[in-house]
Amino acid sequence: MTERPLLPELLRANGISRRGFMKYCAALTSALALPPALAPKIAWALENAARPSVIWLSFQECTGCTESITRSAAPTIEDLIFNAVSLDYHHTLMAASGTAAEEARLAAMEANYGKYLLVVDGSIPVDNPAYSCIAGISNLEMLKETAAGAAAIVAVGTCAAFGGIPHANPNPTGAVAVGDIITDKPIINVPGCPPIPIVMTSVLAHYLTFGLPDLDELGRPKAFYGETIHDRCYRRPFYDKGLFAEGFDDEGARAGWCLYKLGCKGPTTKSVCATVKWNDGTSFPIQSGHPCLGCTEPNFWDNGGFYKPLSTPAGDYRRVGLAAAAAGAALGVAGGLMGRANKARAARAHEAVDAHDLEKKS
Amino acid sequence: MTNPNFDLLMWARTTGFDIALAIMVGGILLRVVEIVVLGRKKDLARPKGNPVAQGLKTIFTRSLPRKGMVKEAPVTYVGGYLFHIGFAVAFLFLGAHIALITDLTGLGWPEANKALIETAAAVAVVALIALAWTRFSNPVRRMLTTFDDWLVWTLSILPLVTGYIAVNKLFGDGTLMMAIHMLSAEALMVAFPFTKLMHAVTFAMARYYNGSIQGRKGAES
Repeated sequence: MTERPLLPELLRANGISRRGFMKYCAALTSALALPPALAPKIAWALENAARPSVIWLSFQECTGCTESITRSAAPTIEDLIFNAVSLDYHHTLMAASGTAAEEARLAAMEANYGKYLLVVDGSIPVDNPAYSCIAGISNLEMLKETAAGAAAIVAVGTCAAFGGIPHANPNPTGAVAVGDIITDKPIINVPGCPPIPIVMTSVLAHYLTFGLPDLDELGRPKAFYGETIHDRCYRRPFYDKGLFAEGFDDEGARAGWCLYKLGCKGPTTKSVCATVKWNDGTSFPIQSGHPCLGCTEPNFWDNGGFYKPLSTPAGDYRRVGLAAAAAGAALGVAGGLMGRANKARAARAHEAVDAHDLEKKS
Repeated sequence: MTNPNFDLLMWARTTGFDIALAIMVGGILLRVVEIVVLGRKKDLARPKGNPVAQGLKTIFTRSLPRKGMVKEAPVTYVGGYLFHIGFAVAFLFLGAHIALITDLTGLGWPEANKALIETAAAVAVVALIALAWTRFSNPVRRMLTTFDDWLVWTLSILPLVTGYIAVNKLFGDGTLMMAIHMLSAEALMVAFPFTKLMHAVTFAMARYYNGSIQGRKGAES
């Protein structure tokens, strides 16, 4: 893989003009919230980068993240940039298999020790290593071994970043995120189920050009995870007007009204889905009529149900409420009866007094 | 890795809400049932008027100020009305709140727009501040004001302020502010049965009792 041509040759071979490439670099610059003047620097870095060795490990995952980055459209510049790095190990994409594949990983690690970029998708089972193995090596062991020589780690997808679906209750494999195991390396979390292709390539471009991007408290690049989907949603004006779809096929849904009442997690989900969108900016889940599931946030699978509005309780409150009502009513009856009994007792104990008695007592 | 802000929001939506609901529902029923079971001493005198009609009428007539009282205490009356109306509009007509009410009861109605909700909330907050000022500035009222009153005032203003901040993302993390807003509402629910907030339920019973007693005597109330 290291003998591949550099990016300019790949661009020419795929019929992409210099102008098209520069437009893409400008889009990357914009997506990263960088000043426009830095677009040529990104272009220069992508064209002349020393093609860092990249090792991509896939653990407990569905390959959706790889699908996202490689099949967004054909051909894409994202795909070409992805190819421009020296991808020395990716067991879905590489031609080699079995022992040869593992030897490629070990060779890349040895040749680039301390310098290669490790990309991980999928969570890591820690309850029992046998739940997920590659070539007889447990995910946990492979991650620790490969991370030791990495310059940085990119946790691609919510499974790698936060545990994702394998981590969902009851988490039968004891799945954890990369950051739960590796604590001594810089980790860039690029969550999403799957992440948007340009987000993945932009993070890669930023790493090649400027090094690690600014990260939020959850390790996500601020440029892509700084604002909520709700803030940038084209349906936001309907939220402000108080116009909501109540069902998936009602008048409000057909009119494109806000999906808050159908359980949209846009108000608490940080991502650029609403602005960058998918499939070359064609659409995103809310635009296609489905509420946001909140997939760029930790534990999104267990956050109270996909179709329950954020303002509604997520527990089994009816049973609690009925029990409390019964207990309250019973205590109220008891309290009332005790009060009546006290009153009756006081009435029985009442002694009539007249003025003479009062004088005697004083 | 978890998001502590979202974890707090989820706690407010699950355990926090369950606790608040149990205390509020249990507490309200305890107090209402106790009042009903205690009952009133039977009046053996022949009624001179219709106690039931007068009682029912009083529930509504006591919502209007007595003659001359608005002039006597304008901030108390106007502020009181504005707070109650503002709070009711903000609570009952925001889409997110209607979603909650629908989930709890199955009932629903059209939502108001954000501008109206925010205006109502702002009016309610200003009214509460004005009411607090009258309590603080008047020595007699200040002396009569107890800890319970300030607690109820604080618990009433917090959901309005935190809700406004959460919706408009004035500062702080949006998810955290949403969680704080829910928790402030849950604090209100917990205090509800054991403070003067209970008047929201017992006002009708108290007015009916007063009205029916007067009605039985053939008097206006």
